[in-house]
Amino acid sequence: MPNAAYLIIVLVPLLPLLGFVILGLFGRKVVKNYSGGLGTALVFFSTCIAMWVGYDYFATGAGPDGAYHAFKVLNIHWLSFGPGFSIDMDLLVDPISVMMAVVVSFISLMVHIFSLGYMKGEQRYGTYYAYLGLFTFSMLGLVLSANIFEMYIFWELVGCSSYLLIGFYYDRPSAVAAAKKAFVVTRFADLGFLIGILILSFQTKTLGFGELIQMLGPGGQSIADGLGVPGARGVFLGFPVVSWGLALIFVGGAGKSALFPLHVWLPDAMEGPTPVSALIHAATMVVAGVYLVARLYILYANAVDVSQLILYVGVFSAFLAALIACTQSDIKRILAYSTMSQIGYMMFALGTGSSGNTSGYTASMFHLFTHAFFKALLFLCAGVIIHRVHSNEMKDMGGLRKQLPLTHVCFLIACLAISGIPPFSGFFSKEEILSAAWPTNKFVYGLGLFTSGLTAFYMFRLYFSVFWRRAPGIATSHHGATQLNHGAIAPNHGATAAHHGSTPLSMRLPLVILAVCTVFTGFIPFSHYITFDGRPGETVGPGLNAIPPVATALLGIGMAAWLYKKENSRPQQAAEAFRGLYSFARHKFYIDEVYLFVTKKIIFNGIGRPAAWIDKHIVDGLMNGLAKGTAAVSASIKGFQSGKVQDYAWFFFIGIAGLTVLFIYIYT
Amino acid sequence: MMSASAVVFYMLSAFILVTGLLAVTSGNIFRSAIWLLFSLTGIAGLYFWLDLQFIAAVQIVVYVGGIVVLIIFSIFLTQQSGKALPPPRRRRAVLSALAVCMGFALTCLMLRQGSFTRVVSMREDVLTADMGVDVIGAQLLSTTRHGYVLPFEVISILLLAAMIGCIVIAIKVKPGDK
Amino acid sequence: MNQVPLIHILFVSTALFFIGMYGLFTRRNMIMMLMSVELILNSVNINFVAFNKYLYPEKLEGVFFTLFIIAIAAAEAAVAIAIIINLYRNLRSIDVETADEMKF
Repeated sequence: MPNAAYLIIVLVPLLPLLGFVILGLFGRKVVKNYSGGLGTALVFFSTCIAMWVGYDYFATGAGPDGAYHAFKVLNIHWLSFGPGFSIDMDLLVDPISVMMAVVVSFISLMVHIFSLGYMKGEQRYGTYYAYLGLFTFSMLGLVLSANIFEMYIFWELVGCSSYLLIGFYYDRPSAVAAAKKAFVVTRFADLGFLIGILILSFQTKTLGFGELIQMLGPGGQSIADGLGVPGARGVFLGFPVVSWGLALIFVGGAGKSALFPLHVWLPDAMEGPTPVSALIHAATMVVAGVYLVARLYILYANAVDVSQLILYVGVFSAFLAALIACTQSDIKRILAYSTMSQIGYMMFALGTGSSGNTSGYTASMFHLFTHAFFKALLFLCAGVIIHRVHSNEMKDMGGLRKQLPLTHVCFLIACLAISGIPPFSGFFSKEEILSAAWPTNKFVYGLGLFTSGLTAFYMFRLYFSVFWRRAPGIATSHHGATQLNHGAIAPNHGATAAHHGSTPLSMRLPLVILAVCTVFTGFIPFSHYITFDGRPGETVGPGLNAIPPVATALLGIGMAAWLYKKENSRPQQAAEAFRGLYSFARHKFYIDEVYLFVTKKIIFNGIGRPAAWIDKHIVDGLMNGLAKGTAAVSASIKGFQSGKVQDYAWFFFIGIAGLTVLFIYIYT
Repeated sequence: MMSASAVVFYMLSAFILVTGLLAVTSGNIFRSAIWLLFSLTGIAGLYFWLDLQFIAAVQIVVYVGGIVVLIIFSIFLTQQSGKALPPPRRRRAVLSALAVCMGFALTCLMLRQGSFTRVVSMREDVLTADMGVDVIGAQLLSTTRHGYVLPFEVISILLLAAMIGCIVIAIKVKPGDK
Repeated sequence: MNQVPLIHILFVSTALFFIGMYGLFTRRNMIMMLMSVELILNSVNINFVAFNKYLYPEKLEGVFFTLFIIAIAAAEAAVAIAIIINLYRNLRSIDVETADEMKF
């Protein structure tokens, strides 16, 4: 297809936007019951277009040298700051942007279909679909951006939609707090992102991705070099300026992708409805950071120090999240931490680039692709389970395998995938990541390996606790409203308890589709299509280096089965044995408390209160003082108009006398 | 050595000023009225000293016998004669005194600088020129260049208007009347 | 008359004028203010006759002025008393500070 015809990709974000506008304006009253259908239909068309473009691009769009080129469609010149330096609204067609567009629209479609059943009966049904449409639009805009500032704009839009969706049940204070926390933490990280953008664009006087990479990459010539100003080659505090910019951009990405230490918002974000968690916090928004780093991969590969940073932050986040997930009891929290862990994997795969080994790029993107499917599947299954059991806590579940057979199978498939068991997709992608890590840094490889064992352990801990542990058929009672006020997250689906029966088709269909995808996407030869420079790479099939991950995974599964398949006291004993570490991990390593301490004691007391005092007493005081002064002056000269004749006579006389003096003595 | 007439003048002036001062500073309103009466009488005496008997007589008849009596009547009408007046506020008294002294100083300064020419060195024949009542009366009603018949007529109309105006202002409207 | 310079008479009348002014500024009673006004008018009268006597002894203008001033002062005093009585009826007081508002 000629490049101009790719313009159709502009419909992919615009259709959900249209959904948002229509449902936002009319969703409350007019089209209420049809909101779901309308939203889903629009996203369905969007997905079809994305898939068609994807097929066309990858099947036939290779250039003459066999490489997939990036090109821009839809060049709208928007804000111009100078010649060549402008914020344009462009759409970029490029291997990863097309892949991400397909993933985002597809997962969004699955979530839309699932929500038809899950959110049925919800009072704000139309608003929900409007928000979903907004989110889909923002995320698609983000992945299709060709200009870093345009991406920033969509980045913030994504943050805003996420806030709206997490806080969807706004009458619950915990949901409101979680939404605020997500927004504030990511916003704080976005400060780094913005400063990074400014630093990089200052060097190059341009904002487009292609130009940035070209000018700041190896062999590039930044404008600042040409001007003789210490620019891209300049050094600040011992590190090159470009490294600072890239590190700050990474900070922005780390916030959105919930890496340590900016991960604190992700577990709390589970207050939103479960399909929202599937969409946002599993497959799409949280990978925005990974996508950003992948976009600028060539620059990161060039900056050794920043790559080291990414490597260690990624692997540490993966490890920390896995540790915490082993001790949690809320199903959605476990899945949230597992997301954080997998994103850690993706991130550290991107950090391996500095050693000259660029397979990390492909591995990371492949894992992103497969992870989207099985993580969304996990969350949607969790949604079905929660819908059935009306509680999020594992202790209320157990023995569900006969009651929810389809969910059981799908959940099992997804768990096997995330643990990296062949032939499911997770095996291929995780194995590629570890292979990319091996030549770079052995310690990182070892930690990644250990973490994958932990991953298998806690995921199967969850699996066995939910579907085995007790004898099937034990009625998991409908706890109803009385259980809702425990400290734990209350079951968060808005529908009234009207679906004790079988799960509706709209909820089962996405599960099946995603399970199929999970099984088969592992076989896509990803490196044919997606490499850091577009040229197809060779796919190395799994060989001997696949054995350690699989072995550790099987070990983890076995341990989980031993501890959790039947109800016994071994987990309790194990927790007792590691009591300190266990309690530490259970409280999420007290990171939240540290943040709270810093904000409350240091920032609020040290900065907030004095600032408020200054505002109230000095700034306001100045204004009040002016007002009081004016009032005082006016009160004192009020006497001129007292209404008393004698005062008037006195003033009159003084005036006459004054004038007399003036005219006789001064003017003659 | 001053002549007798100078002594008389200074005594009269002192009398006028002292009683005037007492009139404006006295606490009791009735006493103030009486001091005013004395002051006006002193002024009449001054006119006598200046050899203007007609004016002096008019002063006594109109001012002392008319206006002061009117004032005393009105004091009675407003039932304030017995009560002591509240003294003026300290600030106002001080400021007024200050203003007044300043004004007085200013005026005296100006007076000193002014040269009042044609100070005739008091030739006897001119000074004892005829200023009798008949001369005054004739000039009052004459229609020539120095005649004052027009102001005379206007004054009579003014007095009429004043009389009518006073009656209108001060009339008490009975409640049954329109 | 020969021995008293004009200026002394003028001093006397000026002093009387300012005494009247003081009374006008200070006295709270409306009738007292009227009395002070009378003092002022009298001081003006002294001025007129003094100038007439000393500077223009053969003419009578000052005398006539004085006569007219006396007549007008009488009329004015009468009208002022009428106003005072009217105010007294409305405000029940002859304190000048009670009449400090315009009618609205």
